[in-house]
Amino acid sequence: MAATQGTIQPGAVSLGGGSRRRELGRWLFILPVVFLNLVVIVGPALFGVYIAFTDWSGVGSMNFVGLENFARLLQDQVFWKALRNNLVWTAIFLVVPIVLGLLGAYMLTGIRRGQMFMRVAFFVPYVLPSVVTTHIWRYLMHPRVGLGQWLSDTFGIDFLDKAWLGSRDTALYGIAFMDNWHFWGFPLVLLLAAMSAVDVELYEVARLDGASRFQQFRHVTLPSIRPTLVFLLLMIAIWSALVFDYIFLTTGGGPANASEVMGTHLYTTAFERFQTGYAATIGLVMVLWVALVVGGFVYLRKRGWEI
Amino acid sequence: MNLAVRWPSAPVTLASSWNLSSLKNYAVLVVLVFFALAPLYALVVNSFKSRVQIAFSPFGLPRRWLFSNFNIAWERGDFATSLPNSIVLATATIVLVLLFAGLAAFALARLRLPGANYLAFYFLVAIAVPPQFYMVPLFFLWRSLGMLNTFHGMIIIYVAIYSPFAIYLLRSYMVSIPEEFVDAARIDGAGNWQVFRRLILPLSWPGFLTAGLVVGLSVWNEFLFAQTFMPRPELNTVATSLAAFQQRGGRQWGLTNAASVIMITPVIVLFLVLQRRFIHGLTQGGLKA
Repeated sequence: MAATQGTIQPGAVSLGGGSRRRELGRWLFILPVVFLNLVVIVGPALFGVYIAFTDWSGVGSMNFVGLENFARLLQDQVFWKALRNNLVWTAIFLVVPIVLGLLGAYMLTGIRRGQMFMRVAFFVPYVLPSVVTTHIWRYLMHPRVGLGQWLSDTFGIDFLDKAWLGSRDTALYGIAFMDNWHFWGFPLVLLLAAMSAVDVELYEVARLDGASRFQQFRHVTLPSIRPTLVFLLLMIAIWSALVFDYIFLTTGGGPANASEVMGTHLYTTAFERFQTGYAATIGLVMVLWVALVVGGFVYLRKRGWEI
Repeated sequence: MNLAVRWPSAPVTLASSWNLSSLKNYAVLVVLVFFALAPLYALVVNSFKSRVQIAFSPFGLPRRWLFSNFNIAWERGDFATSLPNSIVLATATIVLVLLFAGLAAFALARLRLPGANYLAFYFLVAIAVPPQFYMVPLFFLWRSLGMLNTFHGMIIIYVAIYSPFAIYLLRSYMVSIPEEFVDAARIDGAGNWQVFRRLILPLSWPGFLTAGLVVGLSVWNEFLFAQTFMPRPELNTVATSLAAFQQRGGRQWGLTNAASVIMITPVIVLFLVLQRRFIHGLTQGGLKA
């Protein structure tokens, strides 16, 4: 292609030279983005790997301390609490939004009137910013003015009237509930789009065989939308390591680290305690998490799993 | 990962005989719609109430619509500062992402770069690195370059973060442009730049619009980087400024609700007008919003 361009190009002074210039010129198209990513993401990330092995505080000297930060990680109760909470978070989000999304999408395929409106309604929470989502639910979960108090006052239902975010037992689940309200429309529309691509005749055949609606879902819908489902589970497993906004804006990881996650622990370590080296070490665990998830996915695929 | 699933423009229905049970479907769906929208309803009605009214009737319609909440929230929430800041950041980021990512997507889709696969892999890695991990070294790099608390420092970060997503989205639009068009333009003597400007840009504008919307939404809503790299109050974005106002506002639910409504109104309106583009863009890029 490049060679033919050179020969056809009427304005070229020297055919060979023009083609080479154009060859180099192609790289100019991609250079700005590669450069920006190098400066903002890849460069700092590589630097981060290095400072994870130092005692750097962000200012002053940087001393190489070997595996000291990693030894500290093993002793750090807050870190283990945070890692455990990230795992709980992952488990919740692998199940709840997926089940809700599957339910909503499958029900939508059974109706015609109102479907377009409902699709949009389900997706609205997903475009809201975290600062607003957390604000709405901080109010609704508030022990004095919120939903629980209202249900208790109006209907005498008082089991929901608790300080959800103020209690060590429920804070993490309360925040997960908020983020789930924001998020579940995302799997729903992806799953609905996948369901729309399923061959309708498969359902006809299944019905002729006497399959119930649930059996149709189990044996026709689910296998057909598997690529989308696997993609969603993969993304959720990655994103669950990164959760930050919802925790930071509601409890800040409290009370008593009960809702601490790696993201908030890293943030306070870096920007409140100024232990830059150790913060980078926590960040490395997050990198390792993502690498394990992606690596596991690639491994299973190579082993012949159809995912 | 590209799922190549198109967002269907008509209602999706799987089986006609379901009409018998569609009443049950509606029952479930109405509950789900209620779950999705009721919290927003609570936010909006309470933005028109005084503190006393909220305590008296937390979910009913306001007895007296208190529009003054919005004036007070505008002032105490410092929107006169944060709104222009966010608009500048979002606009500059959109323009630069579309320019740079557009050029890169064009190169990856149509210029047959040797090693294009490696480049695609590079951008995938750049997406997958946890932001908190590179954020810490980046903070100190930005400090030593004097780019903390500057718009250009913030814009550079946003452009770098959101470009890979835009590249994937735009590339998928550009590869659908027939190669013969490009060949024909070249025979007419068009160089790479002219092919991009005269041919690719006009033909893939829906992709640019979609990517621009998603990037704009992401910048508008973004909290973590804005909070960390521009902590000065006069540089607050709507997100960081609203978070600060919510902290200060304490129990003034009417006012903080009004401020939240101010922040999300442009987002909701734009989303309702262009919902298909938004949904397509947000679900195809693998971008966490």
